[in-house]
Amino acid sequence: MFMVIGSNMTEAHPVAATFVKNAVQNGARLILVDPRAHGLADFAELHVPIRVGSDIAFLNGLMHVLIKEDLYDKQFIQSCTMDFDALRQCVAAYPPERAAEIAGIPVDMVIDTARRIASVRPMMLCYTLGITEHTCGKNNVMSIANLQMLLGNMGMECGGVNPLRGQNNVQGACDMGALPNVFCGYQSVTIPEIRAKFEKAWGVDKLPDKVGLMIPQMMEGLVSKKIRGFYIFGENLANTEPDIRKVEHELASAEFLVVQDIFQNETTKFAHVILPAAAWSENDGTFTNSERRVNRVRTASPPPGAARPNWWIFRELAIRMGQTWTSASACELWDDEISVLAPNLSGVKYRRIEANGLQWPCPTENHSGTCFLHKDGQFTCGLGKFKSVEWTPPAEEPDEKYPLVLSTGRRLYHYHTRTQTGRCEGLNDLLGEETADISPADAGIMGVAHNEMIRVKSRRGEVTVKARVTGEVPKGMVWMAFHFREGNANWLTNPAYDPETLTAEYKACAVAIEKI
Amino acid sequence: MNSFSLNGRETPFETGETILEVAEKNGVNIPSLCRLKGVEPIGNCGVCVVEADGTHVLSCSTPVHQGMKVRTQTPAIVAARKERIKALLDSGNHNCAIGSAGSKSWSTFQQTVQRSDGSAELCPAWGDCRLQDLAYEYQVSGGRAALSTRTYPRESDAPLIIRDYSRCIRCGRCVAACNEIQVNAAIHADFLSADPELMPGKAYPVAKDNCVYCGECVQACPVGALVEKKARYHYRPWKAKKIRTTCPYCGVGCQQLLHVVDDRIVKVTGVEDGSPNMGRLCVKGRFGYDFIYSEERLKTPLIRNDDGSFREATWDEALGLVVDRFKQIIRDHGPDAMAGVSCARSINEDSYQMMKFFRAVIGTNNIDHCART
Ligand code: SF4
Ligand code: SF4
Ligand code: SF4
Repeated sequence: MFMVIGSNMTEAHPVAATFVKNAVQNGARLILVDPRAHGLADFAELHVPIRVGSDIAFLNGLMHVLIKEDLYDKQFIQSCTMDFDALRQCVAAYPPERAAEIAGIPVDMVIDTARRIASVRPMMLCYTLGITEHTCGKNNVMSIANLQMLLGNMGMECGGVNPLRGQNNVQGACDMGALPNVFCGYQSVTIPEIRAKFEKAWGVDKLPDKVGLMIPQMMEGLVSKKIRGFYIFGENLANTEPDIRKVEHELASAEFLVVQDIFQNETTKFAHVILPAAAWSENDGTFTNSERRVNRVRTASPPPGAARPNWWIFRELAIRMGQTWTSASACELWDDEISVLAPNLSGVKYRRIEANGLQWPCPTENHSGTCFLHKDGQFTCGLGKFKSVEWTPPAEEPDEKYPLVLSTGRRLYHYHTRTQTGRCEGLNDLLGEETADISPADAGIMGVAHNEMIRVKSRRGEVTVKARVTGEVPKGMVWMAFHFREGNANWLTNPAYDPETLTAEYKACAVAIEKI
Repeated sequence: MNSFSLNGRETPFETGETILEVAEKNGVNIPSLCRLKGVEPIGNCGVCVVEADGTHVLSCSTPVHQGMKVRTQTPAIVAARKERIKALLDSGNHNCAIGSAGSKSWSTFQQTVQRSDGSAELCPAWGDCRLQDLAYEYQVSGGRAALSTRTYPRESDAPLIIRDYSRCIRCGRCVAACNEIQVNAAIHADFLSADPELMPGKAYPVAKDNCVYCGECVQACPVGALVEKKARYHYRPWKAKKIRTTCPYCGVGCQQLLHVVDDRIVKVTGVEDGSPNMGRLCVKGRFGYDFIYSEERLKTPLIRNDDGSFREATWDEALGLVVDRFKQIIRDHGPDAMAGVSCARSINEDSYQMMKFFRAVIGTNNIDHCART
C-alpha cells in the first residue's frame, strides 16, 4: 500500500510513478493526499483533497483516530520508540471534526483514511516538496514520521518514509556537506575531533567552528554588507527563489559576485566574473539519487571552447590561494578523499559502481549497501522519537483582496528555469509557455475562458499568463510553475521561511486573478 | 526437483516458467520479436517457435512441465521461423538490402517505399532493427509483397516521435510498453489486428491525448516503425559508442545509455535491467540531452565592464581577479564576509570541492545549496 502526499510524481518523478502505477495494476492500494487531482488520482482508490497547508492537521487527525480506535502498533511503540505520551496528548486535540474542518474535507474521510491505512502493512509513505516547501515544512516531515512510527511501518522494505528528491543530486550535495553545519557524511563542524580529522586530511591549521549561513541569510547579508563576496555555482537564484524582485535587488547589491555556470541566465547578469563550466555529460563523476544510490556519470564529449570541469576550476582557485590540492580527477576525489572522510560512504569506490551503483550506508568495501534504513526498528539515534507538532497555517492566507491560494511546482516537460530543457529540440514544442491552472468553478465566477490571458497578482508582484482551466485544481486554488521567466510564479511567491530549515513557502501564498 | 530436456540436456526449471525464460537462463538463444520483459507474453510474431513433445509451440507463452522434451533448432523449426520472418518482411516497407536480395524489381520497390515514407534513404532503422538482424541470421529474403497497392504516409506532426505504419510488424511491444510498463494508456491496441485505414481516428498511429512523450514505445519497437525525430538519419547505429550514465534531471537517477558518435550524443536509451529504472526513461531523460550542444553555451570566462557589459577573458586573468578580490575581502572583512552556493545538479565531487574550498581555503562555513527546494 502507498500513501502519496504532496507529490505529483507523474510529472516530477515520472519513472518512479510508473513503478507505483505498475504496483497498483498488480493489486497494490494507493491513497493520494493532495489538493490537486493530478495524474496519480486516476490510480488511487481514494483521493483526499486536503486544503493547501493543512497537512499537519490532517495527519494529526489520522493519528487521533488510529489511537482512539486502537489501530496502532503497540509493540513497535514499546520496543522501538519514545515520547509516545506526548504525541497522544498532542493529537488528542485533533478529533476528526477539527482535522476535517481545517483540511476542508468531510469528517468521514478522515476516519475512513485512517482505517484504510491501518488495514494493510506495510504502507510506504512518499512525499515531495508539497510537504517541505511550507513555513511548517520541518514539522510536516515530523508529522509524517510520527504517523509511520505509530503504524509500525518503519525499517522494512516497502514501508517507511520515502522523500522523493526534486533535483537529481540534492541528496548528493547534502551528503557532500554543501551545507553550513556539516562536512561530507553529515559530520558536524562544531565537533572539535571532527574538525581535527578534516584539518589533518586537508593539511590546514584551523577550520571554522561556527555554523555558517543558509541561502536566505546570505542573500539578506548581501544587502546589509555582512556578505561581500558571493560565489554562486550552477544555481539560477534570480528565477528560483521566491519574490524575484527582492532577489534581484539582493544580487545587485553584491560587492563581488562570481557565477560559475554553463549558460548566461538571469543570475549571471549580476556577476562580476562568469566562469564557464563543463556540463553533465562532459564530466566524470557521481550523482546520488533519492534512494541514496551512488551512480556513475560519464563523459560523452568534451566541453565547448575554454569551458572547464568544475573540479578543475575549484582546484585552480585553491592552488592560486596557496594550497596544494593533489586529486586531479573525479575518481581520485572520490576514492582518495570523499570515501575516506565520510564513514557511511567508505565502502563505495569507483570500481564497485561501474554497473549499478551502491546505496549508502556502505561502511566497508565488502558491504553490499543498504536498501532501507532503520532496519528492524533500529534508529540511528537509538529509539525513534515521536516529536509531536501542532498545525500552523501558512504565513499568508487568502483574504478579501487576495482571495485565492497560489501553489507552485514543476511540470513534466521542463526542468526548473529551462536553462537546459528550453534548449532541447522538441521540449518547447510540448510546452511553450507558462499557464496559471485554475478550477472550472473559479473560471466560471470570473468569466475566464480556457487559454484566455489573465493577470495573477500577489502582494509582491503580478504576472500575465494564460489560464488553463482544469478539473485537476480545486476551487480557490491557482497552480503555477517556475519554468518560464515570463509568468514565473516566483514574481508572486512569498519569501516566508520555515524557522529552522529556512525553506521558503513556495506552496502557499495569497493571490487574486483578474480578467484583462 | 523439476527438470525437462532442453536440446537433449536435463535442465531444471521452476513451476510456471516458460520455455523461453528457462532457455534464456541457460544460455540457449531463442529469437523473438514481440517479447517484452516484464509484461505478459504477447505471442504475435511467431518467431520464438520451438518443438515441444513433437509439436510446434510458441516458447514465450508455453510453460515448461516435468519431463517435457524441447528442441529449439531443428530443421523444421528453422524452416518455420524462416517462413515467419519472410511473412513479416513482406508485410511492410522493409526495404533494407537484406530484405530485397534476389528481387526482380528493386528500383520499383524502392520508389514505392520512397513515396510512402518520404525519404530518399533506406529505412532509418537500418543496422538497428531486430527484424533485419533475424533476416540476416536466417538468410531470408522478401519484403515487397503488395506494396504498390497501398501506402501509409509517415506521421511526423507530433513532436519528437515519427510513426511509420508502413514498417510496423504489429508485434504489440509498443502497446505493452505504453499501457503496461509506463501505464500511460496512449496507444490503442486495435491497430494490431486491423488495417488502420479502416479505423480512422482510432488505430495507428495513435498517441491519444494521454501521450506524455516518454518514448518508451520507440525504445520497444524492434523495427523502423517508431523512430526518434532527432536521431532519424543523423547517424549510423553501428558507429555509435554506448556510454552508461545517470540522468541529470530528477532525483530518481535513471540509468541511461548515451549513443555517442564523433563526440556527440545522438540518442539516449534506458539501461535494460539497470537499477533503479529497469530500462525506463521519461521525456526529459530521453529527449533532454541536446542543451549541451547549444550555441549559447558559455565558452570563455567573462569579466564585467564598468558599463555592465561583459568582455571575454583568459582563465588566467579571470581566476587572478577572483583570487585577488576574495583575498582582499577576507583581509578587510574576515572570511565570514564570503558565502557560496553549490549546485544540486552537479556531480558529488564538485559539491565536495566547493565545500572544501570554502572551509579549507576561505575559512568559513557559509556554504549552502538549494537542498530544501
Ligand atoms: S511516447 Fe510514451 S506515452 Fe506516448 S505513446 Fe509512446 S509509450 Fe505511450
Ligand atoms: S509500432 Fe513497432 S512496436 Fe508497435 S506494433 Fe508496430 S512494430 Fe511493434
Ligand atoms: S529519466 Fe525522468 S524520471 Fe528518470 S531520472 Fe531522468 S528525469 Fe527523472
